[in-house]
Amino acid sequence: MIYTQSPLAISLFVIFVLFVLGLSFYLSRRASSADGYYAAGGNIHWATNGIAFAGDYLSAASFLGICGMIATAGYDGWMYSIGYLAGWIVALFLVAEPMKRLGKYTFTDALDSKFNSKAIQLMAAISTLLVSVFYLIPQMVGAGVLVQPLLGLPHWVGVCIVGIVVTLIVATAGMASTTYVQFFKGGMLLIMSTILVGMVLSRGLSTTPADNNGAPYHDFKTLHADSALVLEEEGYSIVAGLDSVFGKAGFIKLAKDGQDSIWSFTKTDAGYTLEETLFVTKMADGSKLFNGAPAEDGQFFPIGHVKELRINGEEVTTTGAVGPLAFLSALKDSTIVLWGKKYIKTDGNTTTIYYQKPTPGARVLRPGLKFKVDNATGLQKFNFLSLMLALFCGTAALPHILIRYYTVPSQAAARKSTIVAIAAIGFFYVLTLFMGVGAMTNGVINIADNNMSAPLLALSFGFIMFSIISSLAFATVLGTVSGLIVAASGAIAHDLMDNFLGMQMTDRGKVRAGKISAVIIGCIAIYLGIIFEGMNVSFLVGWAFAVAASANLPAILMLLFWSKTTAPGIAASILVGLVSSLGLILVSPDMWVRYGNLPADAPVQFNSPALISIPLSFLALVIVSMITQKGAISNNASESA
Amino acid sequence: MGHGPAVKLGKDDAANYKTKLGIKMFVIYTLVYATFVGLNATNPRAMESIIFGQTAAVIWGFGLIALALVMALFYNHLCTKAENQMNS
Repeated sequence: MIYTQSPLAISLFVIFVLFVLGLSFYLSRRASSADGYYAAGGNIHWATNGIAFAGDYLSAASFLGICGMIATAGYDGWMYSIGYLAGWIVALFLVAEPMKRLGKYTFTDALDSKFNSKAIQLMAAISTLLVSVFYLIPQMVGAGVLVQPLLGLPHWVGVCIVGIVVTLIVATAGMASTTYVQFFKGGMLLIMSTILVGMVLSRGLSTTPADNNGAPYHDFKTLHADSALVLEEEGYSIVAGLDSVFGKAGFIKLAKDGQDSIWSFTKTDAGYTLEETLFVTKMADGSKLFNGAPAEDGQFFPIGHVKELRINGEEVTTTGAVGPLAFLSALKDSTIVLWGKKYIKTDGNTTTIYYQKPTPGARVLRPGLKFKVDNATGLQKFNFLSLMLALFCGTAALPHILIRYYTVPSQAAARKSTIVAIAAIGFFYVLTLFMGVGAMTNGVINIADNNMSAPLLALSFGFIMFSIISSLAFATVLGTVSGLIVAASGAIAHDLMDNFLGMQMTDRGKVRAGKISAVIIGCIAIYLGIIFEGMNVSFLVGWAFAVAASANLPAILMLLFWSKTTAPGIAASILVGLVSSLGLILVSPDMWVRYGNLPADAPVQFNSPALISIPLSFLALVIVSMITQKGAISNNASESA
Repeated sequence: MGHGPAVKLGKDDAANYKTKLGIKMFVIYTLVYATFVGLNATNPRAMESIIFGQTAAVIWGFGLIALALVMALFYNHLCTKAENQMNS
C-alpha cells in the first residue's frame, strides 16, 4: 500500500515539536534541583496530572495497535481496552495514595521506604529498566512505522527523530516538561479522536465504502468455474490449480494480462466459486511483491466493507448519520467482510494470502475472533485468562505511570488525578471501539499492517483530518517515550547511582546524573527501535504488562497490606517475578516462531505468563519473608534501641 | 537515602479508613471483572446474546468502563468526606 506524504502533517508535527521543545527550554529553570527534575517540584495540579496520566498511558499501542486490532479482529481488540482500563482501578483503590505517601522520585523509593535494603534497590531498579525498555521498543518501532508514510523517510530516520526530540525534552526539564508534553498530547488525542468518531457516526454505515483520498473502493471480484475448473470469465489462465500447494491450501493462482492473482475457492453444485484475495510474496532475496507487483504499483488495495447491511431486519445500502448505539446495533445485524490469513511456501518464497471471511456483525461484536475461546482447550483458556490478568494487574505496576504520583502535592491530589485519568482513558477506550469499527467498514485498512488503521480512517475524511491525526499519532509516541525515559533515567541515576552504589552527589550532581542517564537511555532506545524494525507495535507492550505485573505488583501490594513482609521477601518476589515471566515468554510459541521454529514445538504452549508468574512472585515473597522474620525483628529491635 | 515524599505531606488521620474502603471497592470491581472474563472464557456464545439492542459483550464492555468511573467518583466522595471530618 502506498501512502501519500502530507506537507500539512509534516508542518503540524514540526509545530508540535517546536512547541514542546520551546516549552522544555522554558521549564528548564524548574528542573535545576533534583525535586524539580524527577518530580516536577511536586506541585502539578491534579487535573493537569490526570490528563498527563492519559498522555503518558495512551501510547502508540493504545492508539494505533488497539484500533488496528479492532479493525481486523473486532471485539477481541477492544478486550485490551477493557483490561487496560480495569487496571486503573487497582491503581486508584490500592496504590495511588500509598505510593504518594511512601515514595519520592521512583517507585523503588516506595518499595524501599521501610527497609533501606540494597537488594530491593538493585532488584527494583533492574525491574524498572527492563519494563521500561520493553515498553520503549514498540514505541520507537511505532515512530518508524509512522514516519515512512507521513514524511517519506526511512524507518531509522523516524526512530532517530523521536529519540533525539524526546531526549532533548527530558534532558532539558525532566519531569516538568514531560508532564506538559503529556498533558497537551493527552488533551489533543481526546479532542481529535472525539471529532473523528463524530465524523464516522455522521457518515454511518454503507455497503459501498466512500472514496478513499479520491480513489474508489476496489471491487473485489467473484469468478465462477465448472467442476473441471474451466472459468466462465475469459482471459484467465491457471498458474497453480487444485493439485498444487496453493490448491491444497484452498487457493488457485491465476494469471491475466501477465498479472498473477490468487483466489480462494469454494465447491458448489455447479463447480467452483472463486473470491479475489490479496497477497504478499516475500521473495528468497528478501524483496516483497504486493499482489504480484512492486508496492509502488499500488496493486495492494485497502480493505474493509459491509457485505449486507440491515436495520431492524430490513436490508439497506446505507444507514445515513446514526447515533453511537444505533451504529453498533446496525453493525450487529449486518454481515461484515473480515479477512483471514494463510502462509504458503514455494521455492524459497513465502506467500501470505489474505482472504475474505464474511462474518455476522453479532459475531464481530463478541470475543473469539482473535482469542481462542470457542470450543477452546484448557490451555487456550489459560492463555486468555492469563492475558486478561496481566492487563488488569500491569497498569498499577508500570514504573513510568507510578512516578507520576510524585508530581502532585498531596495524597488527595494523587487520588483525584487518578480519577481524572480513569475518566479520560475510559472515554478514549470507548472511542477506540468506534474508530476500529469505522476502519473495519470504511475500506481503509492496510491488511498487511493494521497499525495505520486510525490515520487511514482519518484519510477517508480528507487530507486535513489525516494530517492532524497522523501528526497526533507521532505526538503520542513523544509523550509516552518521554515518560519512559524519565522512569529509566531515575532508575539509573537515583536508584542505582545514588541509593544502591551510595555515590555522593550534590543536588545539582543528581540532576546532571539524571540528564546524562536520559541521554544514554535515549541512545539505547534509538538503537533498539532500529534493530526491532518490523515487529508488531503492540506485541512487546503485552510483555511489559506481564513482566511489570509479575515483578512489581506483588511486592507493592504485600508491602502495603502484609505486615510480615521483609526486605529479602520483596527482593525475592521481584527476582522470581522477573525471571519466571521473562523465562516463560522466551520459551512461548510466539517467541519460538521468531527463532525460526514451529510454534507447536515450543516448550510451553501459552504466550501470556501472568497466571503462573504472578502467583509465583507472591509465593516467593511469602516464603522468603517467613524465613527471614527473625532477622526483620532483630533489625527493628536494633533500630528502636 | 533519598526517601520520603518530594513535598512535605500533612498527617492524614483518614488513611486507615481510605485503605479499608479502597480494599472493599477493589474486591467489588475485581469480582465484576472476573465474572466478565470468566464468561468470555467459558461461554463466549452467551456474549453474543442481545440485551437492549446490543450484544451482551458490548453492554459488559461499556458497563465495566462506566462502573470504573462511577466507583472512582463514589470512592473520592467518601474519601474527601472522611478527610474533612477526621483531619479537621
